[in-house]
Order: sequence, then structure tokens, then C-alpha cells
Amino acid sequence: MAWKRKDLLGMQELEAAEITDVLDTAASMKEIATREIKKVPTLRGKTVVNLFYESSTRTRTSFEIAGKWLSADVINFSASGSSAEKGESLLDTARNIEAMSPDVVVVRHKASGAPALLARHLRCGVVNAGDGAHEHPTQALLDLLTIREKKGHLEGLNVTIVGDVTHSRVARSDIFGMRKMGITVTVAGPPTLIPAQCQELGVKVSHRLEEAIAHADVIMMLRLQHERMEGGFIPSIREYSRVWGLSLAKLERCRPDVLIMHPGPVNRGVELAPEVADSPYSVILDQVTNGVAVRMAVLYLLAGSKGA
Amino acid sequence: MSLLIRNGRVVDPAAGSDAVQDVWIAEGRIHKVGKALRPPAGTETVDASGKVVCPGFIDIHTHLREPGFEYTETIASGTRAAAAGGFTAVACMANTFPANDNRAVTDYILARARVEGVVRVYPIGAVTRNLEGKQLAEMAEQAEAGCVAFSDDGKCVMNAALYRRAMEYALPFGVPVISHAEDCHLGHGGAMNEGFVSTELGLSGQPAAAEEVMVARDIILAELTGAHLHIAHISTSGAVRLLRDAKARGVRVTAEVTPHHLLLTDELVRSYDPNCKMAPPLRTKRDVEACLEALVDGTIDCVATDHAPHALSEKEGEFAEAANGVVGLETAVPLLLDRLVRPGVVDLPTLVSRLSTAPARLLNLPGGSLAAGASADITILDLEQPWTVDPAAFRSRSRNTPFTGFTGTGAPWMTLVGGVKVTP
Amino acid sequence: MSSREKAQVLDETGLDRALTRIAHEIVEQAGGGEDIVLVGIKTRGVTLAERIAAKITAIESTKPSVGALDITLYRDDLGLKAEQPVVRSTEINFPIKGRTVVLVDDVLFTGRTIRAAMDALMDLGRPRIIRLAVLVDRGHRELPIRPDYIGKNLPTSRRETVAVLLREHDGVDRVVIQEE
Repeated sequence: MAWKRKDLLGMQELEAAEITDVLDTAASMKEIATREIKKVPTLRGKTVVNLFYESSTRTRTSFEIAGKWLSADVINFSASGSSAEKGESLLDTARNIEAMSPDVVVVRHKASGAPALLARHLRCGVVNAGDGAHEHPTQALLDLLTIREKKGHLEGLNVTIVGDVTHSRVARSDIFGMRKMGITVTVAGPPTLIPAQCQELGVKVSHRLEEAIAHADVIMMLRLQHERMEGGFIPSIREYSRVWGLSLAKLERCRPDVLIMHPGPVNRGVELAPEVADSPYSVILDQVTNGVAVRMAVLYLLAGSKGA
Repeated sequence: MSLLIRNGRVVDPAAGSDAVQDVWIAEGRIHKVGKALRPPAGTETVDASGKVVCPGFIDIHTHLREPGFEYTETIASGTRAAAAGGFTAVACMANTFPANDNRAVTDYILARARVEGVVRVYPIGAVTRNLEGKQLAEMAEQAEAGCVAFSDDGKCVMNAALYRRAMEYALPFGVPVISHAEDCHLGHGGAMNEGFVSTELGLSGQPAAAEEVMVARDIILAELTGAHLHIAHISTSGAVRLLRDAKARGVRVTAEVTPHHLLLTDELVRSYDPNCKMAPPLRTKRDVEACLEALVDGTIDCVATDHAPHALSEKEGEFAEAANGVVGLETAVPLLLDRLVRPGVVDLPTLVSRLSTAPARLLNLPGGSLAAGASADITILDLEQPWTVDPAAFRSRSRNTPFTGFTGTGAPWMTLVGGVKVTP
Repeated sequence: MSSREKAQVLDETGLDRALTRIAHEIVEQAGGGEDIVLVGIKTRGVTLAERIAAKITAIESTKPSVGALDITLYRDDLGLKAEQPVVRSTEINFPIKGRTVVLVDDVLFTGRTIRAAMDALMDLGRPRIIRLAVLVDRGHRELPIRPDYIGKNLPTSRRETVAVLLREHDGVDRVVIQEE
């Protein structure tokens, strides 16, 4: 096992061997979902706290299922209606939770760097479930697992990430993780949604969708948030979906074995035409299944060991 | 009351002198500077052998936080921090609470300083009421009360027409208008410098353009009005270029730079430590080099700390939510001596000029000189004194510094105001 | 093979004979009426299960199903180790409910692996009977577990290790005792 860390804060600091460890463990654990009794005793007696400052049903549920299938006690703490609303600082909340001896804290927060702050102050392991626009490592890991499953390997593939890269933690984690595994990454979007000096991350940058996806093995579509119109990033959702949305017609000019992926939730008709989301090219639902497996693997690796 | 400072290396850029001499102080003023002076018997003597004796350093950009934010700093604690840092005078910014936008607050600050302060305090008045950028503050009365400059520092006056009027209105008082150059739209939401680091960290960034756009605008307004414009905390290479061009054209513009913009880059923000967060933010290596070059050649006139105390709760937690600002009075001089003078980037007389002679001239303050008759505001340095930055030992009430744990050699040794020792 | 090797206890022929005998014992006990499935414990237990299944096929003309069980998630020593052990996948693609499961492992020692394997099997379904076949029983039980079919009884000291080398994994078929 290459994995020795107390926390999973991002893809950027991981080595390829560690990523492979997580993917292999997740692949082995997938079978639990097919059993009649979806439970193994591995994390029995361990406590996992989901500390979600941003509302997120799907990621939180995914972590909850993962923990419960491993027999851990999973506690959900969502910021609304809690002491956070009464003005309790992040650190104070974390310290209060630590006083209850959790084994792993899974945290999602709108501020980049919040999980790192917690990891410095908490004795238990911290999993970053999404911090601001910075990283969402379990998403990148489940994306890699899905690609590896469908394509049989990772190295040498071409992946194009389309959309609002500037505000996307999924894009960053995917870029960091995919590059470590030998994937060539292209990002595509209007210049207003591609961050400063993006090519220095080791990716190709394109402002023309058709050219960017022509040779892609995998197309990762990012979600467009409606607020982007207000910041002057795009003129309208309508124009964005016409120029940057993926339709069946545009898909016809791609590789016949191309995979369509999306971190969810999908804005049908904006990033993806409904026919594309439901087409055989789409592996979006596999991503969700693999999400539970990856999160089981992460909880197993962090909660069990006394390492790091 | 007489005092003899004996045998120190006396560096007085205003007089163009740098030699081992004695300084004789009488009744709070410099009586004479020369070799082998013989004051009356019984005169207290300070043996400054091996030390450097300079005109007292002046920090023209400090936030003393009183009235209103005494939980972070007061005139009492802030001036003690200044004295410990080798400063004999500070000019304090107007973003107090209530803001220093009328003479009542100016009078209050000066009264508190008379009673509680240990170094000279020069208030800077607001340009607009409550720093809101909508209506001019009563600058005439403030100037009369003793304000030495006007600034909405902390904020930028976004309305160019209003700022033009402010510069015109301030002209008769003979004091500069100090600009905090930051376009609030371009800089909106930016917690750090926009660049590769902000892209990697997923933190929204403020481009150098946010500062440069306003520096350019303010220079043009200064040209239009003939006002003396002073640029606060300049930080980008583009802004330095604009400054250089303007000076070459003969515009009445001056500028200051902070120690942290001379020594640190945005790479430090990777730690997500809110003690690295300030406005303007830490920039890139190229910007730091441009500022250093400009400080050496005099394009940037002086160093100012932008000492901005904040309570722990304001600087602990998520980076994007933390308040902007770092303290600097107690770290500025040791850092500059060790990181700039020691390796020969700046020679000592030039640094003294940037810390004393220039600030005094810029704000038309008494000080910055060891000429006979000048007030005996003196900073004595020990270039061999080793130090480690330990916020727990600060005289300031606040501890928000990015320099914790830094070590070096060379620090202030004694500070005198009006011939009276205020440290150690 | 290894410089620590103390003695060889089974050579290629001996190993094969032991497996043949185990296969016959399994068939005999089943009496032709029972529905036998073999579940090997990863990793070498699976190989041995495959071989026993092949021998049963030669005897009975029908091949029993063979599954592979990874017991890592059921170990009782997780959290005591510095790093998490590698999890491999469990592949049991047939129902075990109501059937006779013969667990197959290479070496029986403390019995903890078999305890974990039984818990895993229970989570996968409810077998009618569980029996245990091991190539080597080296003693030193820490739990009340006993094998039904044994290739070789081998008294050992705690300081020794028993290594089962198989052609498919190690290039040769032999069983050796090693000194620590």
C-alpha cells in the first residue's frame, strides 16, 4: 500500500501510486453494492462526521452510504440551522466536533483552504468533499475509476474538460489527477471562464468546442451556474448552450467510442442536450455508482490505519 | 535636559554625512553634531560605539485603530509598537470608527496621543465623509486641526469627478492626497493576487490591473489639478512603470512601499494562512523585483508599514473570509536591515533616507534630520543584534504578521523622541 | 529457494497426492447428494480450490463451482496495523444459500482468517453447511476452529513460517518451513 496519509485534501499532492491504491481498493469494494446484505464490518465502531457547509444531497448521501456499508456510524452536520448560522466559526465548530472523538471528518465548504485548515487543527482524518473552487478529490477519483473501467487503462488518453473551469473544483482536481496518471488534458470554454495562466497547469486551452472535442476519448462537461451571467462572464444561458452545449449533432463528429461524463447535477439543455445525457455514450450513472465505491475506499484507507 | 550620544556612526542623509561622531542633545533638540564633543559635566551619556545613529524614522502609513477598534490596537499600544520598531513618529489613517472625517475626531486623536502616545502622532484626515466616496469631508477644518494629509485609505474613491474636486479642494492646505489605488470592481472578491497561484488554489484573485488602473487615473487627476498625489502601498511592476513615467514628466507624485511587498510573494498564500492576506495582496516575484529596484533608485520615495492590526478572530479561519492587513511596526526595520542592507541590496544611508528623510519631506513634518535645532527624534540601530520574529512578544495588541519565525541580524536599539528615551 | 529455508515438507508429487486425497474425501462425504461449491481464500487458497475442483470433475464428471473470497474487510486486526492491508475483490458469482460450501486455504494457523472467512460467507448468503479444507495445518490455534480435510499435519514452532509455493504463482509446487 502506498497510502499513508491522515487526510485526503486534494489530488495535487497525491502520487500516481497512491491514486492507483485508491482506484484498486474501490474496484475491489464495488462488489459490496451487488450483495443482498450490503454491509461489511470493516469500520465497525468508527465514527464518520459529514460536515457540509454547502448544501449537497448527492455527495453527502454518497459518503453516508459508503460509511454505512462499511458499518461505520455516520453523523450528518449541515450548516444551516446550526451553530454556524449563529456565528460559530469554522474552527470552533470543528473543535466541538472533535471533542466527540470522530475518526474521520468529511467536509464541504465554500472557502478554498477550509479542509486544510481543519486538517491542521484536528487529530482525526479529514476528507475534502469540495472546498470553494479549489479541489474535490473524491470526484476526480471516481472519474478516473470510471474512465479506467470503460477504457481499460488511463495513460495516453485524451480528456477534454468543457465549461466554467474558473469556478470549478472538479476541473482542478480532474486536471491534477489526470495528469499524474498520464492523461493529456484539454480545457475548453469562453476565455472569461478559463482562469489566468491556465496552460501553466499543463493543459491545452481551447476556445472552440468542436476542435477541442474532435479527438477526445472522454468529454467531461462542467455544470454552468446561472449566476455567471451576473458577473459578466457570459451574455446569456441561451448563447452559452448554443455555443458550448453538447448536442447529438456535435457528438457525431467525435470518436465513436467517446465517453460523456458530468459531475452532476446536469443542467439538461444547457451543458448537455437531454438526448446526449441519456445516450449510450454517457457514463454519468456509472460515475455515481463508482462514487460510492471510491468513498468506501477512501474511508477505509483513512479511518482504519493509525498511519501518517 | 542634556544627553550625549557618543561615538556612534551618525548617518544623516539630509546633511549628506555618514561618519563616527557625537550627538549632543539639549532641551529636547539637537544642539550639535561633531567629533569629540564636550558637553557640561554630569550630562547623561549613551555609549553608541558600534551602533548607527539616525534621524528618527517616520512611518507615514499606520492604522492606530483608535477611536472604535481598540480591541485590536490603541494609540497607547500602537505608539509603543512604533517606538519598539525604531519609529519616532507615525501618521495614522482615517478609517477609525467614527472615521476621522471631521475635526472632532482629529482633536480626539491628538488629545489621546498627547496623554497616551510615546511617539509623535500625525493624523491623516478622510477625503470623503465616512470614507463612503460620495461627499467631501471637511478638509479645511481638519487641516486646521492638524491633519497632515488626506486619504480614504482602506478604500478607493471610485468617482473620478469627486476625487478631482477633492484634490483641488485640498490644494491650499499644502498637504498631499494619499491614494489607496484599487478599482473596487476589478478587484471585487479577489482575496489574493490573480495569477498562476490563484488559479491553482481556486481562490478568486485581484489582477494587478485593479491597482494600475487607479494609479493611472490618479496620476492624470494629479496632473489636471496640480495636487500632490502620494500613492500608498504600491505593489505592481506596472504601477511602478506608471510612477516612473509620471515623475519623468514632472507630475507631483510620490509613492511608498511596504516591507512585505518588498520581501514576500503570492507563493506564500499556498499555506492559506490569513496572516498573508492584505490589500494590495502579495504579488509575484517580478513585481517584488520592480518595487525593490524603484526603492533603490528613488522612484519609490519611502517605506511605510501599513501597520494594520486585527484581532485573532478576524485572521483565523477561512482565507477568503479573513480581514485584510498585517501589522508591521515592529518587524519593518529589522527585516529591511537584514534582507536589504546586509546583502548590499540597499546601502544604509539610502535606507535611512527612505525611512526618515523622505517621509518627513513628503508630509512636510519636522524631523528627518539631525541638523542643529531639529527636534531630537533619534533612532539608534544595532546592526549586529540577532532577532527572531515572535508575535507573542509584540508591544502591539495584535499578532497578525506573515513573518512569524523569521530570523535575522540588525535591529533598532534605542529610540528617542524629543531627546527622551522611549525604548528600551 | 530462500536462504532461510529449513526443510521441505511436500514436494510436487506429495502436494498433488494430498489434493487428490482431499478431493476424494470431499466427494465421499458429499455422498453424491450434496451440492458442493468451493470457495478459496485469496490468494493461494483460490488456486488450490481450482485444482481440487478439477480433480473432483475427474472423479464425478461434474465440475463444482469455484469462488474467490477476499477476507481483508473482515479482519480483526484492522486499525492495529500501520497501514491498511490491500483489499482485493471477492468473486463469488453463484448463490451460496442452502448449499455446502467448502472453504479452501493453504495454511491453517491461528484460525482468525477462517473466522473472518465465515463471517464474510454469512454476509453473502446462508450456506447449509460450511466445511474447511486446508493443505497444511501447522497448529497454534487461537480460536476454536478445526479443519474437515487436511493435506498434511505439520507441527511447527511459532518462530517458523510455512510457505506454500504453487506453480501458478511461484513457478514450483512445494511446501517448505522457513526460520524467521
